Amino acid sequence: MTTVRSRLLPYLLLAPSVAFLAALFLVPLIQTITLSFSEDGVPSLANYTRMVSDLNFGLAVRNTFLLVLTVVPIQIVMALAMAMMLQKLPRGRDVVLWIWTIPLGISDLAAGLVWLAILQDRGYLNSALYGLGLIDGPTAWLTYETPVALFFGVLVAEVWRATAIVLVILFAGLQLIPKEYKEAAEVFGARPWTTFVRITLPLLKPSLQTALILRTVLAFEVFAVVYAIGGTNFPVLVGEAYNWQRNYQNTGVAAAYAMLIVAISLGATVVFLWALRTKPEQQA
Amino acid sequence: MNALRRTVYFTGIVALCAWVLVPIYFIALGAFGGRIGVFRWPKSILPTDTSLAAMQLFLQVEGVGQAMVNSIIAACITMALSIALGAPAGYALARFTFPGQNAYRLLILLTRAFPLAILALPLTVAFIRIGLYDTAFGVALIHTALALPFAALVSASLFQAIPRELEEAAWVFGCTRLQAFLKVVLPLALPGIAATAIFAFVISWNEVFAASVLTVRNRTLTAYLLTVLAESPLHFRFAGGFLLIVPSIVFIFAVRKYLFAMWGIANR
Repeated sequence: MTTVRSRLLPYLLLAPSVAFLAALFLVPLIQTITLSFSEDGVPSLANYTRMVSDLNFGLAVRNTFLLVLTVVPIQIVMALAMAMMLQKLPRGRDVVLWIWTIPLGISDLAAGLVWLAILQDRGYLNSALYGLGLIDGPTAWLTYETPVALFFGVLVAEVWRATAIVLVILFAGLQLIPKEYKEAAEVFGARPWTTFVRITLPLLKPSLQTALILRTVLAFEVFAVVYAIGGTNFPVLVGEAYNWQRNYQNTGVAAAYAMLIVAISLGATVVFLWALRTKPEQQA
Repeated sequence: MNALRRTVYFTGIVALCAWVLVPIYFIALGAFGGRIGVFRWPKSILPTDTSLAAMQLFLQVEGVGQAMVNSIIAACITMALSIALGAPAGYALARFTFPGQNAYRLLILLTRAFPLAILALPLTVAFIRIGLYDTAFGVALIHTALALPFAALVSASLFQAIPRELEEAAWVFGCTRLQAFLKVVLPLALPGIAATAIFAFVISWNEVFAASVLTVRNRTLTAYLLTVLAESPLHFRFAGGFLLIVPSIVFIFAVRKYLFAMWGIANR
C-alpha cells in the first residue's frame, strides 16, 4: 500500500501543473493553429494571404528582425562585460548588482515610457544637444519621417531594459566555473584576454545558450516598448497581431501573426540548441 | 591593476550604474513635473518643477485607481496559483525519480520557446463563453501560465538544496511524510519560495499583451496605459510609467539574494 502510494505521489504532485499547462498552453496553441488555418470554420490559407499582402507586413518583419539582430548581440556583449567587471569588484558588489538588475523588474511598457521622457521633442536628449549647440530647438526624433532615429530609440530602450536578465544568467554561469582552470591558465602564462577566450567563454557555453534562447524569444515579442516610444510609426510583428485583434477585430489574421512568431521563436531555439551544444566531455 | 586601468574600471562601473538609474530619475521628474514640467524648454536636470500635485492629479483620473486595483488582484492571484501549482511539482522533481520526469522537464522547457502571452489570442472566445473575459482572474490565469514553469524549476532547485537527510530524520522520529515536509522542509524553503512568489507578482504586474487582449473595462494598469497612450498627455504617460516602475524596484531589492537561485541556476 505504502509503495503504491509513494510511487503515485510524484504524479499527484505534478498533475495540477500539467493540467494547468495543458489548458492554458497546449490548448491555446492548438486553437491558434486551427484558427490561423481556417476561415469561417473551413480550412483555408486566407489569413496568411491577408497577413502577407498587408502593407505593414514587410515592414513589421524587417523591423522586428533588425531589432532582434542588433539588440541581442549588444546585450550579450554588454552583459558579459558587466559580469566580468562584477567578478573583479572588491567591495560593494551587492549594491552594484542590485542597481544593474533593477531593469529586470521593469515592464517593457514602462521602459518605453522612460525613454520617451528622454527622447521626446522637449526631452532630456534634445536639451543636452541644445546645450551643446547641436540643435536650435525642440526636434522630433520619433516620427515616421525619422525612421533611423526612431529605430535607435527603440534599440536603446530595449538594451536598457532587458540586459539585466542576460547579466544575471551569465554571472551565475561564471560563478560555476571552477577557479582552478583560470589559475592553471595563469600559471602557464596566459594573458587575461587569452584566458577569457580560451577558458571562460567555452565553459560559459551552457549559460550563453540559455541567455540567448530566453532573450531571443522575448526579443521577437517586442511590442510595448515600440508602442510607447513610436506609437504605430514603427510596425513590429506582435504590434500587428495586436492591431488585427483589437482594431480590426480579426482574430484569424492575428493568429496567423502569432503562428509566425511561434515559428520564428522555435526556429531560433533550435538553432541555439544546435549551435551551442555542449559535448558531454566538455562539461565543467 | 595599474592606476590607469583602475580608473577606467571604476569609471565603467559608475557609468553603468548611471545608465540604469538616470533614466529612472528622468521619468520621475516627468511624473512629478506635471504639464509645466513636460513643456519646459530646455529641460533642467534639477527637480525644479516637481510637485506631488501632478501625481495626485494623475491618480484621480477616471480609471487609474481601478486599473491599479485590477493589476494588484491579478498579480496576487498569479502569485498564489503559480506557487500552489509550481511548488509541489518542484518538490516532486527534487525528491523522486520516476518515469516521465524528463517528459515533464521538457514540457516546462518547451514553454520557454513559445510566446505564451501571444497565444492568449484565441482564449478570448473561450473566456467569453465561460465568463472569464474581462476579469482580473482570467488575466491571472494567463499570467500563471507564464510564471508557473519558472516557479516549478526554481522550487525544484530550492528543495534540492535542502538535504534529504533532514527529512529522513524526521520520518525516523515518527513524522509522516506531510508532517516532515511541513515542519522541516517548508520552513527552510520558505524564504526562497517567497522570493519566487514575488517574482511571479512582478511577471504579472508587468505583462502587457495578454492583459490588453483579454480585458475591455476591467483593465490592469499596463492594459489601461496601453489603450489610453495615444490620447493622453505626456505627463500622464510619465506618471503611469513611473507608477509601473516603483513596485519593481522595491521587489527586486527584496529578492536580490535569490536572483541567482532563480535565474542563474534554475534556468540551466
